Amino acid sequence: MISEAVSNQQAAGEQDRPQPVIVFEDVSKQYPGTASFAVDHVSLAVQPGELIVLLGPSGCGKTTLMKMVNRLIELTSGWIYINGTPIGDVPVNALRRSIGYVIQNVGLFPHMDVARNIAVVPEMVGWDKARIATRVEELLGLVGLPATEFAKRYPRQLSGGQQQRVGLARAMAANPAVMLMDEPFAAIDSITRRRLQDELIRIQRTVRKTILFVTHDVEEALRLADKIVVMREGQVVQYDTPLHLLSRPADDFVAQLVGADDVLRGLSLIDVGTIMQPLSQPLPAVSASGAGPNLQLHSNLRYALGLFLTSGAERIVVQDERGAAVGQISFAQVRHLSVGGHVGAEE
Amino acid sequence: MSYIFENWDVVFGYTLEHLSLVGQALAIALLFALPVGVAVSRVRWLATGVLAVLGIIYTVPSLALLGFLIPFTGLGSGTLLIALVAYAQVTLVRNITLAFNGIDPAVVEAAKGMGMNGWQRLYRVEFPLALPVIFAGVRVTVLLLVGLATIGGWVAAGGLGRLLYTSLKTDDLNGVLAAALMLSLLAILADQLFRTIERFSRRDLLVRP
Repeated sequence: MISEAVSNQQAAGEQDRPQPVIVFEDVSKQYPGTASFAVDHVSLAVQPGELIVLLGPSGCGKTTLMKMVNRLIELTSGWIYINGTPIGDVPVNALRRSIGYVIQNVGLFPHMDVARNIAVVPEMVGWDKARIATRVEELLGLVGLPATEFAKRYPRQLSGGQQQRVGLARAMAANPAVMLMDEPFAAIDSITRRRLQDELIRIQRTVRKTILFVTHDVEEALRLADKIVVMREGQVVQYDTPLHLLSRPADDFVAQLVGADDVLRGLSLIDVGTIMQPLSQPLPAVSASGAGPNLQLHSNLRYALGLFLTSGAERIVVQDERGAAVGQISFAQVRHLSVGGHVGAEE
Repeated sequence: MSYIFENWDVVFGYTLEHLSLVGQALAIALLFALPVGVAVSRVRWLATGVLAVLGIIYTVPSLALLGFLIPFTGLGSGTLLIALVAYAQVTLVRNITLAFNGIDPAVVEAAKGMGMNGWQRLYRVEFPLALPVIFAGVRVTVLLLVGLATIGGWVAAGGLGRLLYTSLKTDDLNGVLAAALMLSLLAILADQLFRTIERFSRRDLLVRP
């Protein structure tokens, strides 16, 4: 049943698939004086609006792969295209100004206040003052730092989490279609990190950037990603959705990395919306809609499982943010996913 | 003390001359040291060589350096200026290199990743951040130059060195004392001035956290 739902999703995606925004074609990187490849003949396509997480142990080439996109690292062989144009055909600084860049240590300019930090790229690409001012205010609102309070502050007057919010706003300032995020939350305490991840999910729902996000934190990857690129020794081991990584890991390395055998943890990282049956299909009678228990689209499956166990219901209605019923999920579906020791062991 | 007031125009004249020597030496030295310092901080392999050469210059005693110069450039303020500029390079280049190397690498990476070219990175980000440390280097250098410029008395370059030199020759203790007093005063004032500038250049780095 699950594999059906999944293949339906894939088929739908295949039909009117838009042009990929980022394409890696046989991309390799070999650092001088080393025998092996840091990135070893990687080919990938990233669709518009997708958040792709590059995941793997340190030294697996994920950061190198990402930094070749804005040419902070030059590739040894192969091609990278952004919107169909090879990145080598654009002047390097113009390329970088068109790509948002967020790094682990934030790197805000300490001698500029928050507003000026955010204004850097728009200034370089020639926006006028009024447009920049409007944009700064809009972005600060988006990242949850009201301009009235924060625009005139200096970076060292902000907490680590606030600094990275500004870093995110700064990277989005000139409205780039593509963003690169290099372990942006790795240096932040776990509670704040969790909050920033939620914020990123919320922001991404409204702005729909194409994002490459590097992390070695598996939970973070599973929570944030539309798709995950699992890398080892410069090669892509698996490029798939979080659900598939958990349900059909390509090999033991992936299974261990994502912890596919921990069923409850796996369920806690998948949204109800990913596997529910949408309402457009004919439904058997649902226990008096509204009266029974219900789930949100973005509730996770572990929460759903708990609800099934406590309510004794066989099916639960799924609501969207406005409370409208958009689908349903059955206990059988969740159990199905969990059979066989790891999430969705059957094919 | 009364000697200074009675001979004010002479003492003041020498003091002004001294200041002007130090000022000229500093200006010329900065013209060299800034590009060299930036180059040394950006190109790793330059650092060892350049700093070694400067270290050697620094160890040559000042009078000996003048001795090397006089056969080529003769007596006068030109010879003194060459010597002062050479000595100033050491402290200036060292501090400028330190200043640029001390910038948070994340800030530089962000600037690069945002598409700033080399010049934009230098004048919009790196130079403003390096400025406080550069001013600290300038302060140390000025103190060094105020002292060193007294050897100008030996090469007929003028300044308080001349007052010191002639007063010593004529056993005029008052003259020696006056020169020493004015030298100390110059040094203290220069120190205070550059400390203030240094603090001012840091003002937005020192905002209330």
